Amino acid sequence: MTGPLLEIRGLTMSFGGLVAVDGLDLTVNVGEIVGLIGPNGAGKTTVFNCVSRFYEPDAGTIRFKDRDITRARSHEIIRFGIARSFQNVELCRSMTTLENLLVGQHVVIRGGVIRDGLRLRGVAADEARATARADEMLDFLGLTGDRDRVVSTLPFRLQKLVELGRALVSQPALLLLDEPTAGADHRESQGLADLIRRMRERFDLSVLVVEHDMSFVMGLCDRVYVLDFGRRIATGAPADVRRDPVVIEAYLGEPEREVSDA
Amino acid sequence: MRSLRTRGRATAPYGLGLAAVLVIPAVLGVIPGVAPGYVLYLVSLALIYAIVAIGLGILIGHTGQISLGHAGFFAIGAYASALLTLRLGLPFVVAVLVAGSVSAAIGFLLGLPALRLSGPYLAVATLGFGLAIPQLVVWQGSWTGGSSGLHGLPLASLPLGAFTIVFRTDQDYYYLAAAVLIVLTIFARNVVTSHTGRAFVAIRDSEIAARAVGVDLVRYKTTAFALSALYAGIAGALYAHLLHGISPEDFTVLLSVDFLTMIVLGGLGSVGGALSGALLLTFLQNALTRLPVVHDFKNLYIVVLGVILILTIAFLPHGLAGVARSVWLPWAARPRDGASRLDQIVELGEGSGVR
Repeated sequence: MTGPLLEIRGLTMSFGGLVAVDGLDLTVNVGEIVGLIGPNGAGKTTVFNCVSRFYEPDAGTIRFKDRDITRARSHEIIRFGIARSFQNVELCRSMTTLENLLVGQHVVIRGGVIRDGLRLRGVAADEARATARADEMLDFLGLTGDRDRVVSTLPFRLQKLVELGRALVSQPALLLLDEPTAGADHRESQGLADLIRRMRERFDLSVLVVEHDMSFVMGLCDRVYVLDFGRRIATGAPADVRRDPVVIEAYLGEPEREVSDA
Repeated sequence: MRSLRTRGRATAPYGLGLAAVLVIPAVLGVIPGVAPGYVLYLVSLALIYAIVAIGLGILIGHTGQISLGHAGFFAIGAYASALLTLRLGLPFVVAVLVAGSVSAAIGFLLGLPALRLSGPYLAVATLGFGLAIPQLVVWQGSWTGGSSGLHGLPLASLPLGAFTIVFRTDQDYYYLAAAVLIVLTIFARNVVTSHTGRAFVAIRDSEIAARAVGVDLVRYKTTAFALSALYAGIAGALYAHLLHGISPEDFTVLLSVDFLTMIVLGGLGSVGGALSGALLLTFLQNALTRLPVVHDFKNLYIVVLGVILILTIAFLPHGLAGVARSVWLPWAARPRDGASRLDQIVELGEGSGVR
């Protein structure tokens, strides 16, 4: 691989008359933690949904590991090495924490209904390996005590963690995190930033994170893109972006929210 | 058999089931006033329906895809097997396997619209399928026997090397149905407690989550439809040879509702629930035909079926399996090594209802 890990060029997506993302260029290099910030409705989640192929962009290309994935199907994305979380958590609600981390390994376990139904050679070993990997992840995330609880009974904060674990067990190269701090207080946000940094070290990850909590992003990211009305209005190191008058302008209308989110 | 072994803690119910299969004929033989042959015929019918219910349970209970047309697959299996043995003279075993495969292939095709439809829309589409099959049979009367059906099917037989076992009596056929049911129950449990089963439940819980973890909805929804149609097709073939004859009116929409009621009553998402629901309803239906009131009110069973459905959904959302769980839970919740939680969900019917 010669270029960046993820390379988005001219991404455009509109809903009816509303242009949600307008000609966006964005790259994530190997090992980077990149932030995508902007006021509510700036188009951040739309970018995620295009990359994870839940949305069909109107124009632009998305390349990952030098492969064009603009027309890939949504379930193939995780096989290429991109895993994601969701703003409002999408877990398998009737399953336990452990089972969610097993289902997260869908693409790393061999499948086949006949193989499973007849318990052919290797199924038991695969299951044991998957359970061991899941337990390891639960330990890393501090969720071992909630291993056998049905996830719908867990508090939202823990559900977010389970979702993070489910993404990680697929052994991705790039992790897309959609508002990981939602529902977290300031102290928990700092702990989360710390966790994401530790994840990068341990799993050789690159991370693209959507947030509107500025202080979280500033402390965590190597590089930041600022979106407003679907357009990139600034990019660079967090310290530089923070001083950019255009960014201050875009955020000026809602300084209280930024504080209350922090 | 190595390839059909189950997980550790799941073996106890199979031991009990196997013991029951072997003991039932002996017990019936000593009860005065009971014709063992007829009761065993009824049990065989219930076991055959249980095969359909288990397959339908995988589709509705685990994958969350409703079908109101499974009598259609049951009919396809019955007619395929009847035609293959009567017209082509194929051996019983081959006919049953081909019947199951044909039904599975058509199930795969019916799974394709399920990719775009969900909930009530899918219910209506599958209902249409179930309605159409008996009509097609009547329309193609020249080779299907039309509305008078096909009769005089050969006895079921199983070649074993130099010998051939022929299933002559009701008791013989009862053992055959029980054996097929046991094998298909183990297969179903193996599927739902593994990789494939998790993908099914993921689809039921959240299609978005399923896609995000890499579950190919096309592949797994059509697999669930094909698998449940395979079960219904094999059951249909066994049914045709149990009765030695079939006609289109054996496969009405009422039968599809029967199947649905079996798994709702038993508990969605539970293999054991599907089994108990099928046994209960078959004997209930037979008992009702013995009531004097049936002389004036032929469709009493339909009313009872409706009442059962409503009461179950209102008061026992997890069916009989849910009742078993509430009794069993303190015992089942004890710490154990190596038992997957999914085992317990499947067995105890914790899975939520149809979405």
